[in-house]
Amino acid sequence: MSEKKYSVEIKDLCVEFKTDAGVVKALNDMELEIEEGKTLGLVGETGAGKTTTGLSILRLIPSPPGVITKGTIKLNGQNIFDISEAEMQKLRGKAVSMIFQDPMTSLNPVITVEEQIAEVIELHEDVNHAGAIQRAKEMLELVGIPGERGPEYPHQFSGGMKQRVVIAIALACSPALLIADEPTTALDVTIQAQVLEMMKGLKEKYKTSMMMITHDLGIVAEICDDVSVVYGGHVIEHGSLEDVFNYTRHPYTEGLFRSLPDLDNRTAKLRPIKGLMPDPTNLPEGCVFYPRCDYAMEICKTVKPKRVYRNETHYVECHLYDEQSVKDGGKIGK
Amino acid sequence: MSEVLLDVKGLKKYFTTKRGLLHAVDDVTFTIEKGKTLGVVGESGCGKSTTGRAILRLLEPTGGQVLFEGEDVAKLNAAQLRAKRKEMQIIFQDPFSSLNPRRTVSQTIEEPLKLHNVYPNEQERTQKVLEIMETVGLAERYVNTYPHELDGGRRQRIGIARALALDPKFIVCDEPVSALDVSIQAQILNLMGEIQEQRGLTYMFITHDLSVVNHFSDDIAVMYLGRLIEKAPSEVLFSNPVHPYTQALLSAIPIPKVGGKKDRILLKGEITSPINPEPICRFANRCQYATDRCRSEEPQLREIESGHFVACFLTE
Repeated sequence: MSEKKYSVEIKDLCVEFKTDAGVVKALNDMELEIEEGKTLGLVGETGAGKTTTGLSILRLIPSPPGVITKGTIKLNGQNIFDISEAEMQKLRGKAVSMIFQDPMTSLNPVITVEEQIAEVIELHEDVNHAGAIQRAKEMLELVGIPGERGPEYPHQFSGGMKQRVVIAIALACSPALLIADEPTTALDVTIQAQVLEMMKGLKEKYKTSMMMITHDLGIVAEICDDVSVVYGGHVIEHGSLEDVFNYTRHPYTEGLFRSLPDLDNRTAKLRPIKGLMPDPTNLPEGCVFYPRCDYAMEICKTVKPKRVYRNETHYVECHLYDEQSVKDGGKIGK
Repeated sequence: MSEVLLDVKGLKKYFTTKRGLLHAVDDVTFTIEKGKTLGVVGESGCGKSTTGRAILRLLEPTGGQVLFEGEDVAKLNAAQLRAKRKEMQIIFQDPFSSLNPRRTVSQTIEEPLKLHNVYPNEQERTQKVLEIMETVGLAERYVNTYPHELDGGRRQRIGIARALALDPKFIVCDEPVSALDVSIQAQILNLMGEIQEQRGLTYMFITHDLSVVNHFSDDIAVMYLGRLIEKAPSEVLFSNPVHPYTQALLSAIPIPKVGGKKDRILLKGEITSPINPEPICRFANRCQYATDRCRSEEPQLREIESGHFVACFLTE
């Protein structure tokens, strides 16, 4: 495994937000890695810590109230907590960039779209303003917007086009790693399909590594190579797309699939996960998922489950499995 | 055929804007049978929410008839309409902004009961509120909490409870689960299904989520730019979509299965403006099959097989 090259490796990352209501433990020993050229899907529900993970990689956690209490993040082998803010600034947009969720609010309304794209290019590359504007127009063409619309303002574009402008900004300096935070959630399905096709095309063309933050398992199936399922700021199951989807092990992952209406069997009753996400200021002591888990046992209340590997890459953290049962899918004691 | 509860004929809602007349809902016709669910799907701006609101007269329709048990809601005067509202209610999309932040759970649920003076006795009213809370799965201890203390799923349960308070016959559900996480979404959908079964409720279920609508509806109506372009029983619509827009819409659903992707019809371009639309097919500029006729004439809704209506020249 040592010959694999990783775009990003996160180890034991803990992030806390100090609020009046208490300390919100957003990430708890978060761990993930993305192989060069691959796309990782980060799946979970509101408050699971997906966006915080993305922002951590860019060192954009607002501080205060955010504090990184532990852990390392390596971008292409370099720990980003060892470098200065000026050096980090050079990495943002170039080594790693992010597409934010809401295209309506992530563009500056009083600056033309070509200027907004050119800004990134001028910052990172040795070009004059005219050259940067020219490149910005090319970027617009790349994402399917005519270059002559560059001098227009964001309000003159539709939602789908705005999101494409945001993607053009993120891609302007061909970053090695692209973090896409729910890039299509705000869009209609037909526009979402256009944007996903475009992102797939770009991924193939530029061999960009990607982290796809989403709650939509359909999008994951379509675009991701690997999947990490996040719950309570921690990865509880990880593996290749096939492993996680076809050999689902963790009860939470199972619950996510069962909550989705099945297009082929429309009358099948949904089997939702009972209860609610845990309060991040007061996480359960043992397994974070146990209060909602149908299989919960005594041990789950007090002891954090260890990681069990089904194969070299597919692992799950759950007391229901040991070395053997994780392979055949039988749950201990069930 | 069972009894028709709602019969909408030629419903129109236009808005006057600076740039001209915006045809939000244009000549929409459909029926919903008693105890059934009609799903209404389409993309942002297609007029699905406006249709729901015009039926309840939360927006005054510009034209057309809304026959509720044979009586035209569009013609009722204020007092009659108010009485009618007991029978038709709405659940809103956003459980965060559709609840008054200064009212407790019980105050919110009790409001319609007070307005219509159905339980003048306070004790009985409180009893009724508790009953409804139990129906929607809200524990009694939340009775005096405020919306900000509760999560999205519980807030949406309050919205459902408020709609149920007057024992209506018909509820417009305007994207009731779009703002919720999948695990919570499934809880709410199951709850709404159970309530419908117990009370024989009729739903108009407005959503942009096609897998949800397929799961939840008996019939589905597809809207595009203010027009109803296809309507059919759910299984027919999903197995045999006829309108090119419906086909593209269904092919765009991401399937949560490995290798589950079908051949996708990618639409070019974006929705055209609904302001002063020309009398031609409104989908023509994005349609791969569009002919000269589509660009000069407007297709009307026709029944191509029993219960399956399409507005497209290709079917002729």
